Amino acid sequence: MIVADSKPLQEILAMVREYKKILIVGCKGCVTVCNVGGAKEVEVLRASLMIDGKKEGSPPDIDTMVIERQCDNEYVETLRDNIDAYDAVLSMACGVGPQFLSEAYPEQKFFPAVNTSFYGGAVAHGIWEERCAGCGTCIIHYFDGLCPVARCAKSLLHGPCGGSADGICEVSKETVCIWDTIVKKKIAQGRIEDLFVLQEPRDWRTARDGGPRRSIRETLAE
Amino acid sequence: MPCTGRVDIIHLLNAFEDGADGVYVAGCLEGECHFSTGNIKARKKVAYVKKVLEAIGIEPQRVAMYNLSSAQGQRFAEIAKEMVDTITAIGPTPVKDSKAA
Amino acid sequence: MSDLKSGSNLEKVLKAGHFAFTGECGPPRGANVEHFTEKLSHLKGNVDAVNITDNQTAVARMSSLAASHIAIHEGLEPNFQMVCRDRNRLAMISDILGAHALGIRNMLCLSGDHQTFGNCPEAKNVHDIDSMQLIRMVTQMRDEGVFLDGDDIDLPPKLFVGAASNPFADPFEYRVYRLKNKINAGADFIQTQCIYNMEKFREFMKMVVDMGLHEKCYILAGVTPMKNAGMANYMKKFVPGMEIPDALIKRLKGVEKAAQPEEGIRFALEQVEEFKEMEGVAGVHMMAIEWEHKVPEIAERAGMLPRPSV
Repeated sequence: MIVADSKPLQEILAMVREYKKILIVGCKGCVTVCNVGGAKEVEVLRASLMIDGKKEGSPPDIDTMVIERQCDNEYVETLRDNIDAYDAVLSMACGVGPQFLSEAYPEQKFFPAVNTSFYGGAVAHGIWEERCAGCGTCIIHYFDGLCPVARCAKSLLHGPCGGSADGICEVSKETVCIWDTIVKKKIAQGRIEDLFVLQEPRDWRTARDGGPRRSIRETLAE
Repeated sequence: MPCTGRVDIIHLLNAFEDGADGVYVAGCLEGECHFSTGNIKARKKVAYVKKVLEAIGIEPQRVAMYNLSSAQGQRFAEIAKEMVDTITAIGPTPVKDSKAA
Repeated sequence: MSDLKSGSNLEKVLKAGHFAFTGECGPPRGANVEHFTEKLSHLKGNVDAVNITDNQTAVARMSSLAASHIAIHEGLEPNFQMVCRDRNRLAMISDILGAHALGIRNMLCLSGDHQTFGNCPEAKNVHDIDSMQLIRMVTQMRDEGVFLDGDDIDLPPKLFVGAASNPFADPFEYRVYRLKNKINAGADFIQTQCIYNMEKFREFMKMVVDMGLHEKCYILAGVTPMKNAGMANYMKKFVPGMEIPDALIKRLKGVEKAAQPEEGIRFALEQVEEFKEMEGVAGVHMMAIEWEHKVPEIAERAGMLPRPSV
């Protein structure tokens, strides 16, 4: 899933304070699962903006709604009837959401309420970690299903670097050295030879470096 | 509410939105929650609301968490007084609700 | 001599079987050439080649390419360091070609310290290819005369290619295999991380020798003399991948403060003596960090002078 974090409230206030009629749109997709842009969070943001507005003596009018997925035009379309009634729209979806909204409604102003962080999952209640870099050419079969592109701070394909100590990355005590994990797993399975292969330089064209990407399912696309 | 674990951020914010000068949550003593961690959860939510108030420029002391047992009636009264004193010292909320009753 | 890979002084010294002695010098944090040449002057004639670091510790400095060229001008042979953090393959290739054109004949391929440690922590890092792939790329450019896409290079760059090895990072049992991978990728020589834990290094070198790696590659043992007990404490606590035995800290603390630098140098000299005899060690890489003026004395006392002329 896509994991996001709330933007600092002050940053959001700076974006929308000048607007009188605001719509906050949540998303029932990833941001609901990672508790940052679902129904609950939409209400918290609404209340926060209202408290601020009342303190400043000019409370805005705020409506809220939560749609199935902001990354799907079918659901984005449900905003059409009322979208013109607002001065600004705050999207609490990942970075994809405000863009689908913005493209669907060229006359409206859209603002992001979250910082979209990474593709990952929950490792414990309330804690999410990155697992995938979305580089477009998966090579984790070389590394027992573990991804050094996403999880090594230097994206090394031949780690671990000299900064690996006690299984922890030099960059942060919170970060596992994924190369330490890979090596130990290979050793435990008696397959250390797998790591003697010199990996070719990667073709980053399938990653963001090749320009914005597009995915086509020929059986579905018209 | 059966337990402070049921308190949500939005409940606290709604109170401020409606013009409350202060809000405090009185939970059971830590380690003595009937539902094991309800009061710990409430504490985290109070801390979150403090941050929201701070970001808006409102005194974070307007929201507080207290822990006491149901047998401590006297302590409950003390806490209430303490909270009132705190709020009185800060003054009324800057949140002006023209629509509120 | 025709089978020399680059014909650098360092390569010739090693090939002739001399015990190599290399130094290190960081480019200035500014455009002050005089400050840099002053530091270099202490190394001149006392080392076979001098490593010119590339934005070491991720602090932006004068470029290692420019500083390597200045070293040549000052009469020293540079070992041009290149990290994968700051350059994509285009920039690497162009700097490799440029390095050769400027007369640089040694190059050290490194991953690079993470940028969050330096003075541009907000920077985007590159890591297009890693140090292993950089070693392969530059040796392929040299030996096969081709770019990555197979196109011919009009005059391939002839560089003596080095890599780093840290025997003290984890997992220890894998370190020798990572060294082996670097040698298989094409590394001609290896310079190790600063060694303080001699026992562990002996163990590491035994594995190196058992695997015959020392016959495929020249291994230079890294030495950084401790200036005092404070430096040892700091390195132990804050420098990742550095192993400082308590016995060494105790030894430094055992003498009065004014005598600690000399005690640090003594320990370094004892290390050099052992390395001279240690199977598989082809030389010493002396990293006297911001202590360049001590290098002549250290080289002299280590019996490294005069440096061989080959």
